[in-house]
Amino acid sequence: MNAQDDGQRTEATQSALPAGTLAPDFTLPSTPDQKLSLSDFRGSPVILAFYPADWSPVCGDQMALYNEVLPEFKRYGAYLLGISVDGPWCHAAYREHRNLHFSLLADFEPKGDVARKFGVYRKGEGLTERALFVIDGKGKISWSFVSPMEVNPGADGILNALENLPEKKVAHGN
Amino acid sequence: MATSIRAKLMVPVSDRDHVQGPADAPVTLVEYGDFECPYCAAAQVIVKQVQEIMGDRLRFVFRHFPLTQIHPHAEHAAEASEAAGAQGQFWEMHDLLYENQPMLDSLHLVMYAEKLGLEGERFVRELEEGIYRERVRGDFLSGVRSGVNGTPAFFIRGVRYDGSWDFPPLVEALESAASIKEVR
Repeated sequence: MNAQDDGQRTEATQSALPAGTLAPDFTLPSTPDQKLSLSDFRGSPVILAFYPADWSPVCGDQMALYNEVLPEFKRYGAYLLGISVDGPWCHAAYREHRNLHFSLLADFEPKGDVARKFGVYRKGEGLTERALFVIDGKGKISWSFVSPMEVNPGADGILNALENLPEKKVAHGN
Repeated sequence: MATSIRAKLMVPVSDRDHVQGPADAPVTLVEYGDFECPYCAAAQVIVKQVQEIMGDRLRFVFRHFPLTQIHPHAEHAAEASEAAGAQGQFWEMHDLLYENQPMLDSLHLVMYAEKLGLEGERFVRELEEGIYRERVRGDFLSGVRSGVNGTPAFFIRGVRYDGSWDFPPLVEALESAASIKEVR
């Protein structure tokens, strides 16, 4: 599937960084007192899932779906990071309420800074696009996709992208 | 609304599936569902009506897509339907589970098995041993690969149906798909 060709992109104020680009490094809070940097994951693929907001229904379904698919992502040695402009306390409550087993990063201050760097910030609304990036172990974007705001993009594109990574390592068993 | 990202069913219907209706029906509707999902329970009523009106012109296939982290009983219920299926009563259990959605704890699952006259000991043992867990996960993963992004998800002629599953539009979509001649 070629996300670039399906004509389904919404009008973004910017355009998302394409495959082949080096992902800009960033450091963001993952909890009220912990921070994560993209470079911490060097050597492993990373799935960056930008979503508009905690608690909104479609986001909920999307994150619930990824929560279920997590073991598949792990088979490729990949880490999933959710990211939105909500603050770390909001993320903490949302994560606990939805029983999410992956980190949610707070692109909160300066607001949307990381989303801007990835080209997926919606200025008018102050939200991020619903955008997916698969970043390889060397920090290069190998796939990116922007879904219409109201459409849950599913996980098939991510799995296909992970499968196509040259350095993929599929763990056996569970 | 952009509803035209046409995801395709990546795992074709096979002997492994739970099927209602003839294999040579002009149209096949595949549903990915979760027994604890309220939308799925609502859709189930519509699907029944559609089956009634279309009769032998529709083949219906159900596959599991339990969102276990938000629906704590969904996985067990899915496995219970498989355990009933092993005793020839998948669809009977499928219907009972949807009809009794607020009561899907283990105790009730066993009660439904009794109600269907299933061999209780075997049913309980199979659930405890989780022998259908892989089967359920297999359905789930086939759904993920096919772009299922929530439940219920419907596929008509192997293409995800993103329209409304209210009775009139669903019947219309199925009838229109049924009228297309197979070109193979």
